Amino acid sequence: MIFKSLDKETMLKEPEKISEMDRREFLKIGLVITGVFAGGSIVSVASAAEKVFPNGSIARKYPYRPHYAMVIRVDQCIGCRRCEKGCTAANAVPDYGWRTKVLEREVPEAIGQKREFIPVLCNQCNNPPCVRACPVTATYKDKVHGIVMMDIKKCIGCKICMAACPYDARYYNEERGAVDKCDFCFESSLSRGGKKTACQAACPADVRVFGDLSDPRSRVYQMVHQLQKPVWVLKKETDARPNIFYTKG
Amino acid sequence: MTMGCPEHSSWKGWIEDAGRRVFSGGPVYLFFLGLFAAMLVAGIAAGIHAVYITGSRHAYGTNREIPLAMLIATYTFFVITSTGLCLVSSIGHIFGVERFMPIAKRAVLLSVITIMSGFLVIGLELENPLRLAVYLFLSPNFTSNIWWMGVLYSFEVVLLIIEFIFIMLDNHRASMAAGLLGILFGIAAISNLGGVFAMLNGREFWYGPYLPIFFIASALLMGCAAVIFFTVLAYRVHCEPLDHPMADSLAAIGKLAGLMLAVIMFFTIWRMVALAVGGTHELLVRDALVSGPFAFNFWVLEVGLGMILPFVLILWSGGKRIGPLFLASALVIFSSFFMRLDMVVAGQIVPMYWELGVREYSMLNAYWPTWHEILVVLAGVGLSGVSFLTGEKVFQGFREAEGAGSPSDGTLEVVVQDPQSASDGKVDG
Repeated sequence: MIFKSLDKETMLKEPEKISEMDRREFLKIGLVITGVFAGGSIVSVASAAEKVFPNGSIARKYPYRPHYAMVIRVDQCIGCRRCEKGCTAANAVPDYGWRTKVLEREVPEAIGQKREFIPVLCNQCNNPPCVRACPVTATYKDKVHGIVMMDIKKCIGCKICMAACPYDARYYNEERGAVDKCDFCFESSLSRGGKKTACQAACPADVRVFGDLSDPRSRVYQMVHQLQKPVWVLKKETDARPNIFYTKG
Repeated sequence: MTMGCPEHSSWKGWIEDAGRRVFSGGPVYLFFLGLFAAMLVAGIAAGIHAVYITGSRHAYGTNREIPLAMLIATYTFFVITSTGLCLVSSIGHIFGVERFMPIAKRAVLLSVITIMSGFLVIGLELENPLRLAVYLFLSPNFTSNIWWMGVLYSFEVVLLIIEFIFIMLDNHRASMAAGLLGILFGIAAISNLGGVFAMLNGREFWYGPYLPIFFIASALLMGCAAVIFFTVLAYRVHCEPLDHPMADSLAAIGKLAGLMLAVIMFFTIWRMVALAVGGTHELLVRDALVSGPFAFNFWVLEVGLGMILPFVLILWSGGKRIGPLFLASALVIFSSFFMRLDMVVAGQIVPMYWELGVREYSMLNAYWPTWHEILVVLAGVGLSGVSFLTGEKVFQGFREAEGAGSPSDGTLEVVVQDPQSASDGKVDG
């Protein structure tokens, strides 16, 4: 190990803040993973304050509380797609659309395991291109929990948010008369006191870890803020600063 | 009060007179008026059927991967043309360039017509257009290019109508003021239209400052082409030869069109050169345009018919012959539709997760327009056609403003002489 792991005791004292020591560690992590996993995952945990700092600097405080995020343990996915079915059932997703999907990559020349599954969903970005593009704020970043939400009564159906999304996470739902997307099951579960998303609940392999990134006691916090395993995000180059993290190992 | 009808003092009489002129336009005129009206009605019916009855998912060719397609391209086609007409009209009646004066009135009306055609098409593309009318004002998003575009174009259409009314009333001061504001709003709106695409940094083919600037240059070309095309047609509608001031004006506009065509060609060349050294997405788009599914559109419709042939025709016209200029204009208008379509669709052909190498995103996205979409496009063309033909009769070809120059020989092959010989009335057919 090049770097010592973070001190849990210190972190628990000020859960919503990242200490100076942690900040230095994060900078090191950034150096470690940049160019290796195409990630820079830690810097994507951006706060509003990051907008005034040079790009790539470290957030001093999490912008949302709870700051919902998901870590996908990609090497654990067996491709059973129960997450897709769970999501469809919980959120009345029609057969022509999806809120989450499990992608399949096959590498015949790979040694050993030749197939990999990559679950994808809305990345609940901190700098969401869809929210910026929507002309009528029909989609917005919730100020409390940071989930990118839809106000379906406002949606004009221009579909610019679908074109803007770097994660192909949106589709037009005819029944709703509006664009639909993953809301971390906020409507179907979280707003009713639930703690899990439907995809997480349906997964038999504990692939999807959902929780509050601003809470050092949460699994997502601990999985993201560590050095032993690589953590990365998809499409970092778009600067959307996603809240879906990927890890393996 | 002129408005092309000095013999009637009342609006009722003026309207009756205008209606009489329309219905006595002759069989060819009435045939085309009916044809465009049928296109308009069929297109509106198709759009309503698609959005409100079957659902756009079934009726339009768009999908999750390519949500913006032919109808958005048609909208950009019309509004870019509108801004271009506004810009070209302003050269004469706002900035005082004499040779551009005769086309001003018709260009302003055409600008109104084309922007309304664009609105019609986008109205039949949006899933919930009524919500737009409400929430554009009640729930604005100031970071959205579409919001700015919507607001700026709304102002622009009002300003264009005001400009047209004042220009018809020969109130040049008021029309200049409205026109000047119209230019500002038009350029702001069109650059925001470019920004709608250019600010999506997940779409590498669109992203960057290229499109807003390209759209402005393209608008000027489209404005020139539309003025030449519709003015020549207008004189056909009235069965009159081009008079000298108008032919001279069109020749000047033809030269500007040639210049803008050269600008567009260099834009395109550098665009393709830049794509060749871009990232994976850009290389895939370049390949699709150069040798892939868009190759015919790009090489034949965009480059061949939209750039090289019109440029040769403009050079051949020597800045004088109206016939080649008319043909060049028609080609520019025709091909620019495909230029818009290719721009919109090609920006979405590379799947979002292409770089992951996953099975689900291993093929380029494909789009093919449906009959519903084609009919809605024709609705926009129909509205422009009906409005243009009706406008020509209602406003009697804008004769009073243009001034009656000496007629030419009555053919499209008018050759504009130098100012001295033109003033002598020499015309070479």
